[in-house]
Amino acid sequence: MSTDKQVVDSERENEFTTTHHVYVPHKAGIPPLANYARELWRRREFATEMSRASLRAANTLTLFGQVWLVLNPLLLSGVYFLLVQVLSGGRHGWEFFAQLTAGLFTFYFISGSMGTGASSVVGGGKLLLNTAFPRLLMPFSAIRTAFFRFLPTLPVYLIFHVIAGLGFHWAVFIAVFFLFLLVVFALGLAALFATLQVYFRDTTSFLPYLTRIWLYASPVLWSIETIPPRFEKVITVLEFVNPLHSLLGGFTQCLVNGDIPSFTTFATATVWAFGVFAIGSLFFMSREREFAVRL
Amino acid sequence: MSSLSASESVPTKGLSVKVENLSVTYRTTFERVPTFKNAITRFGRGQRAVREVEALKNVTFDVPDGTALGIIGNNGAGKSTLMRALAGILPPTEGRIEVNGRISPLLSLGVGFNPMLSGRENIILGGLASGLSRAQVVARAEEVTAFAGLEEFIDAPMRTYSSGMYSRLAFSVAVHMDPDILMIDEALSAGDATFKTKAAEKMGELRESARAFFLVSHSLASIKQLCNDAIWLHKGTLMMRGTPEEVTAAYADFVNVGESAVILEDL
Repeated sequence: MSTDKQVVDSERENEFTTTHHVYVPHKAGIPPLANYARELWRRREFATEMSRASLRAANTLTLFGQVWLVLNPLLLSGVYFLLVQVLSGGRHGWEFFAQLTAGLFTFYFISGSMGTGASSVVGGGKLLLNTAFPRLLMPFSAIRTAFFRFLPTLPVYLIFHVIAGLGFHWAVFIAVFFLFLLVVFALGLAALFATLQVYFRDTTSFLPYLTRIWLYASPVLWSIETIPPRFEKVITVLEFVNPLHSLLGGFTQCLVNGDIPSFTTFATATVWAFGVFAIGSLFFMSREREFAVRL
Repeated sequence: MSSLSASESVPTKGLSVKVENLSVTYRTTFERVPTFKNAITRFGRGQRAVREVEALKNVTFDVPDGTALGIIGNNGAGKSTLMRALAGILPPTEGRIEVNGRISPLLSLGVGFNPMLSGRENIILGGLASGLSRAQVVARAEEVTAFAGLEEFIDAPMRTYSSGMYSRLAFSVAVHMDPDILMIDEALSAGDATFKTKAAEKMGELRESARAFFLVSHSLASIKQLCNDAIWLHKGTLMMRGTPEEVTAAYADFVNVGESAVILEDL
């Protein structure tokens, strides 16, 4: 009875919608990746719509919703600025404040991605029980939401950038590349935490502690250049162990200072972003068929 | 869940659904809420909280094109698991399922909706998730709304809906997504008399046009009225396959209640 005859006929064979499906026990955990990716791409509208609906539901698109998105990290920057100011004896100026806001806003994008990502699958439970679709759409849609909550903070940063008299460099374009890496990283992270949340519902309760430690270990409240020499050893370890060191550090370095990061920073950031993306999404895919009985 | 090799991809002619030796066993947790904290404590004690559920055991049946198959059985017989396996949501543990056609998304009533979102958003999300394009979904949203009779409330959040409105919308979504194979899981038990009549009419119409039609119901009268074939599941095994009259009679005998008014009607 399909009136979408043309669509159906032109559809390629895959496990989610075609007119002919064969389901057999899966031996290996990971579904055929090409099919999966094709279906994921074909239903991208679902992720978009899902994210739009959740943004609407949280009033994010209204004026005050947007103000709130900015206000929260801004107040935090104020608090941390005062803290660092007191601890360092008041030698920081607007330039540091600009860097702090850039770092914090970006850090909150990552921690927000973890949070919304973690609750994406469990939160969408009912839909998962009733429709067969590539489940990765859920955490990916959460990242879209997190990204759209991050966007309004960028113009606010620009104001401080101008006030601090930092000027504009063409390295800003490289910052776009790092932002892209951050998004890729966030996608992997969201998939990972979404899976964990299905099995351990208290994952989201641990996240605040994790984010707090991560914040202190990342170049947000301190910058790589101002580290005293006695911490050099720690930094050389952090540089490779903490993905945000290269990702976030590289981003703020381009955006705030207009410096071009070293090749090591580029390489580490790229490897971390795509590595976490691969691990997170493959882990998610290998587990996703079990979600229906675990929700 | 499917390894789509060339040899398996040849559809069997004339069959909508072919189920061979299907077993679905899944491991689930009996914890109220599975948490990391509990897992650690349990690990310390050397306990495991995972239980195996054998939802379906070695079920085999064919559904030729044009069949309206009624599925009956007690609670926990595996009816919904069977529906989910056919829809590709639960992978088989053993056996093979072959489905020729696009399946409707509704499996059991009232689920699949996010109560915080409006009815319209839910219709669109459901349609997009099941693989329709935005244009197709938007075009159907009006029809779905009109059929459910919810024009006034469609942009209100679904948490404000009554249970009847909820199920009317769920039914309407399922029948308007142009499925080749329509699966209705206990859908007739809600909605008022007016809507029930309308729903029964629509199902009759779809039974004619859809390639196959599955109805899970506790109302034996609905099964007899709407189906031309029936199966009876009990604790995961297929007990009987036959005409709706035979199967419902055997089932009624089995549960030892006779064909009383209670099981013939929805309460």
